[in-house]
Amino acid sequence: MSYQLPSFRHPDLPVNDLGYTKADYEGSISTLCAGCGHDSISGSIVKAVHELSIPPHHIAKLSGIGCSSKAPTYFLGKSHGFNSVHGRMPSVVSGAAMANRDLLYLGVSGDGDTASIGMGQFAHAVRRNLNMVYIVMNNGCYGLTKGQDSATADEGSASKKGDPNPFSAIDLPALALQLGATFVARSFSGDKEQLVPLIKAAISHRGFALIDVVSPCVTFNNNPGSTKSYEFVRDHAEATGTVDFVPMQQEITASYRPGHTHEVTMHDGSVLHLEKLDDSLDPFDRTSAMLALDNYRRSGRILTGLIYMDEDSRDLHDVLETSQRPLNTLTESDLCPGSRVLENINESLR
Amino acid sequence: MNSSVKPLESVNDFVIKFANVNGTGSASANNLFAKAMFRMGLPVCPKNIFPSNIQGLPTWYEVRVSEKGYLGRRGGVDIMLSVNPQSMPQDIQEVEPGGYFIYDNTKPLDLRLIRNDVNIIGLPLTRICNEQYNDPRQRQLFKNVIYVGALAALLDMDFKSLTELVGDQFKGKEKLVLPNIHALELGHQYARDNFECPMGIRVRRADEVGDKVLLDGNTALGLGAIYGGATVAAWYPITPSTSVVDAYEKYAKRMRIDAGTGQRNYAILQAEDELAAIGMVIGASWNGARSFTATSGPGVSLMSEFLGLAYFAEIPTVLFDVQRAGPSTGMPTRTQQSDILSAAYASHGDTKQVLLFPSTPKECFDFGALSFDLAERLQTPIILMTDLDLGMNDNMSEPLHWDDDRAYDRGKLLNAEQLEAMQDFGRYVDVDGDAICYRTIPGTHPEKGVFFTRGTSRDEYAVYTEKGEEYEKNMLRLLRKWDTIKEYVPAPEIVPAAEETDVGVIYFGTSEESSREALDYLAEEGVHLDAMRVRAFPFNNGVKEYIENHREVFVIEQNRDAQLRTLLMAEFEFGPDKLKSVLCFDGTPISARNIRKQIKRHLGGNVLPLHRVGVASAGERA
Repeated sequence: MSYQLPSFRHPDLPVNDLGYTKADYEGSISTLCAGCGHDSISGSIVKAVHELSIPPHHIAKLSGIGCSSKAPTYFLGKSHGFNSVHGRMPSVVSGAAMANRDLLYLGVSGDGDTASIGMGQFAHAVRRNLNMVYIVMNNGCYGLTKGQDSATADEGSASKKGDPNPFSAIDLPALALQLGATFVARSFSGDKEQLVPLIKAAISHRGFALIDVVSPCVTFNNNPGSTKSYEFVRDHAEATGTVDFVPMQQEITASYRPGHTHEVTMHDGSVLHLEKLDDSLDPFDRTSAMLALDNYRRSGRILTGLIYMDEDSRDLHDVLETSQRPLNTLTESDLCPGSRVLENINESLR
Repeated sequence: MNSSVKPLESVNDFVIKFANVNGTGSASANNLFAKAMFRMGLPVCPKNIFPSNIQGLPTWYEVRVSEKGYLGRRGGVDIMLSVNPQSMPQDIQEVEPGGYFIYDNTKPLDLRLIRNDVNIIGLPLTRICNEQYNDPRQRQLFKNVIYVGALAALLDMDFKSLTELVGDQFKGKEKLVLPNIHALELGHQYARDNFECPMGIRVRRADEVGDKVLLDGNTALGLGAIYGGATVAAWYPITPSTSVVDAYEKYAKRMRIDAGTGQRNYAILQAEDELAAIGMVIGASWNGARSFTATSGPGVSLMSEFLGLAYFAEIPTVLFDVQRAGPSTGMPTRTQQSDILSAAYASHGDTKQVLLFPSTPKECFDFGALSFDLAERLQTPIILMTDLDLGMNDNMSEPLHWDDDRAYDRGKLLNAEQLEAMQDFGRYVDVDGDAICYRTIPGTHPEKGVFFTRGTSRDEYAVYTEKGEEYEKNMLRLLRKWDTIKEYVPAPEIVPAAEETDVGVIYFGTSEESSREALDYLAEEGVHLDAMRVRAFPFNNGVKEYIENHREVFVIEQNRDAQLRTLLMAEFEFGPDKLKSVLCFDGTPISARNIRKQIKRHLGGNVLPLHRVGVASAGERA
């Protein structure tokens, strides 16, 4: 069942440029477990799109199957949503994005939905550089079927059942980098400060933007011995640096340390300020990003933040040279060549 | 010519089969032969019977010429033109008594193969090529053209229309015209110098083609998708459907480029697999673009899960299934009508899918375009069931026609103004009582019309629910929608027998032409049968009554398990005794002689083989 939030709101809630309050971007009451990391991510999504003043009906939220994929019901209640088939959200987004290039496509998936059953579709959406935000709510286990290890569970990590996972883990950011992803980030559901600007930057990015968000499963994988527990992630996450996202319309007010900050102008005119904490990572160099991920992984640390971005990314519409007018707005007169043309075709077939 | 039986004689009525090696360019030469017949005003039916191979394996090309206008496979071969030593022993056995076996005699024929009841004609094709050409590829290609030239003399074809055709076929590649004409002349001259021309089977110009065209069903489907307004094509390569998307792309490049910007008013996605291809179609359709995929049996199996979603969530979806011989990889380059049940009930749970059964390229075009209207009107997958025979062979067809006054039917799709005027929007509320609800697409209205599409059960407002009564209500509405669908899909075609009868036949798709011909044979023998061509599932407009009104009905189809018959029994609860099966599933198109034979066996009585000359004990080859 879905339960709607009460419509009563405090009259003084802050509104964005469109006059919407944050509540206008919320969804139904979550039915996930109390304390689930996924709900925090939903909160960050709501905060990011509210602050960016994106009209809710210009967003389409899509998901596959699993706890993560239930989440779109719990945010953006004024946006069209599509809870599709297990592991197949990328193909549905691909078709939807071809039909209308003007919407923001927000894909939400889980570690099972992406790294196991949906591995193929994930990989191909990455390599096509489909213009979408792809958020993985990554808890290292299958929650809805009671806690089996998933393919992102670290080798040796043990869930509530207690058996250490004997298989090597699939690292989605590393995989995405290898597949040619043009925007790769990792974050932690408990770190809104980091996650919200990353979501904003991912939205501004033209092309496929992956955010792998470690999001502990409080019921099945939050125990000592798990590398996806709140405690473990808090202790072992290390940020690449801080990310500050300034939308195009806004004045830059923060002051940045000269020499330590990299300023990136996104294709929509927004500006990204990156303050680096670790000089060994250059997030504009794919090889450097891959090396950094590997170094952190081998030392048992979790690298978070913006890992890689290609500023000159060309998305699938650029490659296919599709019309600037969304295909779903073309009318019969645009599309149907008419009877005279068909007569000529007939003639060529005699 | 050394036949011990009277050579076959006929004018404008024969079957010729070419036996070649795959990958040697033979299909183009054989097609040239077929098209020359067409240009001489003769109804023609070419069928390419090819292996799953790029080069080296045996391949055949059968051409039926029939002034009477029979376009199906007759059965039997009157002339075999064999240039493939690999298949020669089999090829010579197929020739009708009194028929002709034409072969490359550069190497002498194995004496053990010789039949004294066929006419054997040797053409030194390899020797002529070796004398004329130095380049090995030219030797290979022109060998095919030379035998077409020889056939022109042997059959008394109009040589001028053949050379004109070469000019047309190589338009833009003028360099190739003269060498091809030269090759035709080489063969023509050799035959005239060495044989009595024409032979017993011959042709003469006729006027039986009218305004008809020669094209394959897949091209017609690709054009249907263009005319039907499809903008997103998503597919995974699979024989025999690949040329559907090839044709769509070819015509889109000509007709769908924005004049001002040069940008494309279409998008083609080659997916990673069929699961993704149908997902893309569903995503695009959900978002308001007309979209399709083309596949074959293995693809339908992979797409089943998504087809269930589209059925349950009521998303317009168009799928062209060009059937081939299954199960599994089966015979991937051979034809069958064997996906009927897997498509009709595709996906787990209670599902029923809409099927369309075109019989001709014109119907591929018409039903192809219609699929997009039906998908949006009925908000469900439309699966158009064609097959390799129709899809990949040139078929003589009525010309394609488009009515400029018709308009796309977008169905119950709400725009911003309509939403603005609405008080209450529920995606799955049956407002009109026809069980089809109103839908919206993302981005239409800032406040109204938003809903959550899901494959989980939901109430009328698309809100997740596990209440049994809500689920049941929805499933029963889908069943009521099935009744509405019957009003929209193409009605069956009934052809009554010349004399009153209580026995009928039912056929669909590519079984039509051979079935019609078989019924003519039977009528000549005094057996009169009514005929019905089913054109869609759900069965509508009198299919049930037709069966009820006949004592016995033969269901003619090209699969082992009598799948359409099963579907008829499942939908109407007819007993198995009422419906008799006439089947062909060897991977070749069903032949008229085969149908006649099976029906006669069912009806009892002596089944004499149908041969063109009265040769006893020759055995039945139909």
